[in-house]
Amino acid sequence: MNLLKTYILPRILQWFLVVFIGISATFLIPRLSPVNPVDEMLARMTAFQSMNPEAFASMRESTMALYGLDKTLPEQYIAYWGRLLQGDLGPSFGNFPRPVSDVIAVALPWTIGLLGVATAISWTAGVLLGALAGYYHDRRWAQGLERVVVTVYPVPYLIIAFILILIFAAWLKWFPLVGGSRGDPALTWEYISTLLYFGFLPGLSIVIGATAFRFIMAKSLTTTEIASDYVQYAELAAVPKRKIILFYVARNTMLPQVTDLALSLGAIFEGALITEVLFAYPGIGFVTYNAIYNGDYNVIMGITLLSIVGIATASLLIDLLYPVFDPRVRLR
Amino acid sequence: MFTTIRDLFKFSPSFRVGSLILLLVVVMLVLSAFSPYEEDKLRRKVKRNQPPSADFIFGTTSQGQDVFWMLTFSVRNTLIISVIAVLIGRGIGVVLGMVSGYFGGTFDRVTQSIVESVIVIPRLPLLILIGAILRGQLTIYSLGILIGLLDWAYPSKRYRAQILSLRERDFTHTAVFSGMSTVKIVIREHLPFIIPFMLADVISGFLFSIGIEVTLSYLGLANLDSPTIGTMIYWGNYYQSIWVGRSWVLIAPIVATVLLVLGFYLMSVGLGEYLDPRKRLVRLTAHLGEEAQDDDPRKEKEDVWAP
Repeated sequence: MNLLKTYILPRILQWFLVVFIGISATFLIPRLSPVNPVDEMLARMTAFQSMNPEAFASMRESTMALYGLDKTLPEQYIAYWGRLLQGDLGPSFGNFPRPVSDVIAVALPWTIGLLGVATAISWTAGVLLGALAGYYHDRRWAQGLERVVVTVYPVPYLIIAFILILIFAAWLKWFPLVGGSRGDPALTWEYISTLLYFGFLPGLSIVIGATAFRFIMAKSLTTTEIASDYVQYAELAAVPKRKIILFYVARNTMLPQVTDLALSLGAIFEGALITEVLFAYPGIGFVTYNAIYNGDYNVIMGITLLSIVGIATASLLIDLLYPVFDPRVRLR
Repeated sequence: MFTTIRDLFKFSPSFRVGSLILLLVVVMLVLSAFSPYEEDKLRRKVKRNQPPSADFIFGTTSQGQDVFWMLTFSVRNTLIISVIAVLIGRGIGVVLGMVSGYFGGTFDRVTQSIVESVIVIPRLPLLILIGAILRGQLTIYSLGILIGLLDWAYPSKRYRAQILSLRERDFTHTAVFSGMSTVKIVIREHLPFIIPFMLADVISGFLFSIGIEVTLSYLGLANLDSPTIGTMIYWGNYYQSIWVGRSWVLIAPIVATVLLVLGFYLMSVGLGEYLDPRKRLVRLTAHLGEEAQDDDPRKEKEDVWAP
């Protein structure tokens, strides 16, 4: 009961606050901008064809009404929440009259799959490699590894992905550049192997950046951890090194890493967005890119909203799982 | 200040390598002032699609621009964007963090829950939304302001944590009990601790804004006529440079980005070591001769760029 009051309830309240701020921001941003999105969109639609001025005026009016832009700001705000709560994100202009929620639903599994696998790999690899490099900090391989990580860490995702494309897709031609898979979706090895083949480079670009981030944190945590008494005691008691690293040191450094994963999910998601654009991977990022080109505001709005709610929910889930890992929180 | 930098140079290889790389960047900045071309009239000045040669050391683009001279402008513009973003983001972050750190109470609780929420919100989709609405109207200056307005939450949290720990130190209590005024404590006692921390934080701000600039421009959301590192990549990609065998157009901005962020990051690693009190001891003992250092059983060679 105590746990519920001191830990779980505040986190859930925090989630509501994040979602509220995020959704209000996406409501206000287009309305504070000097450009009217509707005019902008109509200008794009009529750029290549002439339109009867009366038809244009009536179309503008109906679009304004569709968005409720003819009402006052507070009224619009309430209507906006009403539509969102029904899961109605409006139609996509790029592929009218398909609803935005449908466009997103098709792309979402790709992003979740890519992101989920890449996050799991990079988190595990970062924590383990960081613990090893922190424990054996005077070995040559550990220092070499750290030099590589320090060089990779500050480089933006986009640049990492570009370098991978240059090397593996353009010069060596080992991997394909575009697409997510080949053939019809089925649970056969043939299809899954194309999934892995196409997903390898996009996944690798996320894994490299995210592992470097995790590694640096894990190493500095390990450096403080190995100075503590229990590690010295275990060493004196001749506990096998493997056991000390895996079950004592890495286990203790994992706790702050779990909390930090919740905070850094947004950054990893942003990386995935860019990666998908570069590799034309059929997920949310690529849909965003096409929406930018077609001026498809509804889709961009929908994806912005979804990413805010999605990231907030994912970090809430990680935070709620935290007591499972940390008995101090659980038994307080 | 000067002795700090000298010490850093002497005892931190990371700082040394980082500042050497950034010296290259400064050379580029100076050269941009002596460019034979004007910034907005780079197109159709030289022969198109030339590979790197003695005449054009980084080659030329498909629009007839000299990649080297374009890069000098790009590095400068990307840095202008970052400077604006850092000034605004850190300005908000420092004020908010210090105010909530010193005042505490309800104000602190309310701002903290807002700050924590803003940290979780992914910024790139928001920036894409804003960029898509303002497309074409985002000059390098407004892009800088925009990035700055979205990058204050995490810094403010860290400044607050710094203030909270400074407030609990013994010397603060001593100052309070000896009747020093609050303003004086903040300026005389706490600022010397905050300023080096701020330097490292400013660098991480630079890393973030360079990354965001490159990303947004690559997506075609910035003003594509002003040369920045991101727009160079955009145009290189637009003309399919990799696939028609003209990758030099892309390699120049990519290498420039890597060097730029690496230079900044290594400098901040050096600063971080300087700030770490445990390392400070090692540095002080280094003045006393070698044997003093060897006595330290937990001597660590933390600096990865050390030979």
